[in-house]
Amino acid sequence: MVNAAMEYDYTVSKWFAYLSIIFGIIGMVVGVLIAFQMAYPELNNLFGQYGTFSRLRPIHTNVVAFGFTLSGIWAAFYYISQRVLKVSIRENSVVHGIAKLHFFLYVILAAGLVVSLLLGITTSKEYAEMEWPLDILTVVVWILFGLALFGLIGMRREKTLYISMWYFIAFFLGVAMLYLFNNMEVPTYFVTGMGKWYHSVSMYAGTNDALVQWWYGHNAVAFVFTVPIVAMIYYFLPKESGQPVYSYKLSLLSFWGLMFVYLWAGGHHLIYSTVPDWMQTMGSIFSVILILPSWGSAINMLLTMKGEWNQLKESPLIKFMVLASTFYMLSTLEGPIQAIKSVNALAHFTDWIIGHVHDGTLGWVAFMIIAATLHMAPRYYKREIYSKKLMEMQFWLQTTGIVLYFSSMWIAGITQGMMWRAVDQYGNLAYSFIDTVTVLHPYYTIRAIGGLLFVIGLFMWAYNYVKTMQSGKILEKEPAFASPMGA
Amino acid sequence: MENIRELQAYAYFFFTLFLVVILYSYIVHLYRSEKKGTRDYEQYGKLALDDELDSKPIEPQETKENKEQK
Repeated sequence: MVNAAMEYDYTVSKWFAYLSIIFGIIGMVVGVLIAFQMAYPELNNLFGQYGTFSRLRPIHTNVVAFGFTLSGIWAAFYYISQRVLKVSIRENSVVHGIAKLHFFLYVILAAGLVVSLLLGITTSKEYAEMEWPLDILTVVVWILFGLALFGLIGMRREKTLYISMWYFIAFFLGVAMLYLFNNMEVPTYFVTGMGKWYHSVSMYAGTNDALVQWWYGHNAVAFVFTVPIVAMIYYFLPKESGQPVYSYKLSLLSFWGLMFVYLWAGGHHLIYSTVPDWMQTMGSIFSVILILPSWGSAINMLLTMKGEWNQLKESPLIKFMVLASTFYMLSTLEGPIQAIKSVNALAHFTDWIIGHVHDGTLGWVAFMIIAATLHMAPRYYKREIYSKKLMEMQFWLQTTGIVLYFSSMWIAGITQGMMWRAVDQYGNLAYSFIDTVTVLHPYYTIRAIGGLLFVIGLFMWAYNYVKTMQSGKILEKEPAFASPMGA
Repeated sequence: MENIRELQAYAYFFFTLFLVVILYSYIVHLYRSEKKGTRDYEQYGKLALDDELDSKPIEPQETKENKEQK
């Protein structure tokens, strides 16, 4: 049926995995630096203008979200899609060429992004900071990814698309739509002769701009941090544990639920702002409804482990994935709570929001990407994972880091919110801004230490990965389920 | 102003009802097609486990090579 010499080709998948490790380390080292800057402001002066919080913060968010996460997702995509479609990308040289071009242009784009942000060139729209020339390159990269995705689907031997493929398709379409609409911009030089050639202003103004921005901003969380990561867990957890997904029907229902509900929730970023009240209410309500499809997927994953919970004790890879889905449940409950109007009145603009973002991204997104790369490594190199013990240590160190991170931010955020709102008997504000800064100092320090623990874990991950490549015990044949690990 | 608010309230109620009907119909559809034997959704869970290049596809795609085999 299939040419005997033919096998899955992981070239592009591997390249993306390397990038993911590199970007993970860069993005999160910068994150730890700026976390320490919050606690110790003199650290802002280390590298002149290039080392200030304001310059580095967008580099942290962009490199982690669009460097580390996207690379990890694409590493997994080029691996999973071949396997569940039962087709090798090598069977079609055009699709393989497109995949390679996708990688190379993406590297150029990422370099352009980091350099331009370091130089302070930005549109000032959060998570959409790239100026128009880079936006155009992004569109090209995205089209190449789409061609590879649909190219592989077109070549498939398996007629049915596994649930992960539906999520990857949604990832492609969702981001394409969001990105195009939020990055509609007018290049100032070419239209008015004003400013540098690369500068632009948004096509939308005022409240409309805010609405489009947060429709995009929140759905970037949906279609970059959620949808493709769900695609990954639906493949890697069943495969690593050897258990088919608990309910395939539930996975379908959750998929359509998530697709329908997520797009309407972005309004919760603009509660008590100048957008119409009904939009704020809609954002709030849809955020609460979002618990259902999110928990549908997460519970489905936990139930997949039914009768096999001993694996949680035995395998650090299963630990990473089970904790990832647990953190997914935590943050998809926390988000809706913060989106309730009365809670939002306290939580908005405080560190509680930063805590929420990080229990989701560190606990769910990063843990899934780490687990995915370590599951793929033995299949990439036909070698055992170098050290199980190191992976166990990494797991506990990073879990401690995340707990320190979000618990300190919860306390900091609620303290901050309460102090901002506190009034005396005449209705005067009880505290000035600097009072909150003084009170929050210890929590900022704890947060930075939590982040540092997580980053140390990333170095352990990179070391384990490189050692697996170089000196892991050679495997006779590809492991079917649980990944073999050296002591 | 009262009229438009009333209209909004009715629209909101019926739209919610409509969405609930759609959601439950989809669930009923999934279970009914399994019961009737038109489609066994749960077998697709195996796609992640049995994923070798030479594994037998659950539902083979019509390609040139398998048409020739027929």
